[in-house]
Amino acid sequence: MSFLTTFVNGLSLGSIYAIIALGYTMVYGIAKMLNFAHGDFIMVGCYIIFLFSSNLGLPPFISILIAVVLCTVLGITTERVAYRPLRNAASPLAVLITAIGVSYFLENLALLIFGADTKSFSSVITWSGLSLFNGELQIQGITIVTIAVSLLILLVLQLFVHKTKEGQAMLAVSQDRGAAMLMGIDVNKTITLTFAIGSALAAVAGALLASAYPSLTPYTGAMPGIKAFVAAVLGGIGSIPGAMIGGLVLGIIEILSRTYISSQLADAIVFGILVVVLLVKPTGILGKKIQEKV
Amino acid sequence: MLLTIKNLSVYYGVIQALKKINFSVDRGEIVALIGANGAGKTTTLHTISGLIDPKEGEILFEGKDISHIPGHRRVAMGIAQVPEGRRVFADMTVEDNLRMGAYTRKDRSGYSDTLNMVFDRFPRLKERRGQLSGTLSGGEQQMLAMGRALMSKPDILLLDEPSMGLSPIMVNEVFDIIRQVHEDGTTVLLVEQNAKKALNIADRAYVLETGSVTVTGDAEELLNNDSIRKAYLGE
Ligand SMILES: Nc1ncnc2c1ncn2[C@@H]1O[C@H](COP(=O)(O)OP(=O)(O)OP(=O)(O)O)[C@@H](O)[C@H]1O
Ligand SMILES: [Mg+2]
Repeated sequence: MSFLTTFVNGLSLGSIYAIIALGYTMVYGIAKMLNFAHGDFIMVGCYIIFLFSSNLGLPPFISILIAVVLCTVLGITTERVAYRPLRNAASPLAVLITAIGVSYFLENLALLIFGADTKSFSSVITWSGLSLFNGELQIQGITIVTIAVSLLILLVLQLFVHKTKEGQAMLAVSQDRGAAMLMGIDVNKTITLTFAIGSALAAVAGALLASAYPSLTPYTGAMPGIKAFVAAVLGGIGSIPGAMIGGLVLGIIEILSRTYISSQLADAIVFGILVVVLLVKPTGILGKKIQEKV
Repeated sequence: MLLTIKNLSVYYGVIQALKKINFSVDRGEIVALIGANGAGKTTTLHTISGLIDPKEGEILFEGKDISHIPGHRRVAMGIAQVPEGRRVFADMTVEDNLRMGAYTRKDRSGYSDTLNMVFDRFPRLKERRGQLSGTLSGGEQQMLAMGRALMSKPDILLLDEPSMGLSPIMVNEVFDIIRQVHEDGTTVLLVEQNAKKALNIADRAYVLETGSVTVTGDAEELLNNDSIRKAYLGE
């Protein structure tokens, strides 16, 4: 494989991390919690698509749409039932531990329903892709679609956050929840909306991930979830463009290390780079200095 | 009465911060709430705005008990607050902060009228409308916090220590603005450490001591009250 092709593959994996990281970073920024079950929402999305598309034979696009809707409902329900009651708990660890609990719950539920065996997922994209520069650059259809979808999502999210009233409410809640309430903003509704968006994105990420790496188990979402979390921290947690950049950087580093250094060491290198970046810039690439004014 | 507080008790865990307090604010008044650090002034304003739920008691606004209405809906009913420490949205521009203040308003033309009114009242905000609020000076942030609260066209404005940390000139400016806002027809409930200034501008005042209202009367009376002069006016 040429360097260029490898690089583009990294970009593609990075785009998936970016979409997942967007959910992580928005929920962190607005609800001020780490939703460690976020990766498992991806897995749930994958199984839903698998069920409707491979088993019931619905067209991929319809299956994805169903997965997006059901994951959104799952996200809203989880927040309502598991996280909201703990929002004002004395220790912020309470909700974090609950999120880990939700993660195990979803993984074991999938185990119970679908079993531990690997399901092979048929790609939702059938387009074979492009070959450019006399074969120097081979791009699969799924790669192109993944990159395009993630750019589109970033664009729509930025417009949503900066140009709509609901988006502005999210920014306000992320900066000062109490002051946001004093503006007349329904903080609960804003947090619900954030979970809805994050979970819908997890379903989209699931469709892309399972199409690129078509084997599905109850633990499919766990590792991408953790890496997307790393990506969000790398980019500056709470920052939407930061999640995008963090995701892309992470994906590219991972694929390049896997190809040119060692596939066993790739993950270690990824996490090593996180450590180095955080030592140099603790707030991440686009993270802001925490400044306070009297 | 526009606002009546009846037997209001508020707890933080087991600590009782407000002990069955009673007071009221009539339409068109400036009422001052003074008291030492930790007396419960901020707690009172937070409870009126719905940031904290009372354990018992009533908050009557235009005769209706609002203590069980979610805080965000009280803004649309006509209650706005300029919180202690200003709490402007630091990463938003001045204009976006003002837009957040008008969050509950639906009418576009009314919005721009109010924006112009606020810009007339605070010319410095107009000059700096595109600046990030976190980079404003303390005085400018106070102006912004007040302008932001006015954007909802409140019936009553709750002000929590608006003069805190400001230079004497700025303090005078803030009090001038409070007077003007009041002349424009807004009722004001003013919490202040600067008791002298507060009593000078207010019609009536309540003194809060460790969670209880201990003294009440016309502002002028309190200005001439010996024990008040000793305790709060530093004389
Ligand atoms: N979040 C909280 N948790 C526990 N106790 C609190 C909390 N907020 C306030 N208190 C306590 O409640 C009491 C009243 O506090 P409050 O902030 O209302 O006082 P204040 O009159 O506004 O004081 P200051 O003039 O210093 O602003 C204080 O004893 C304070 O320690
Ligand atoms: Mg206070």
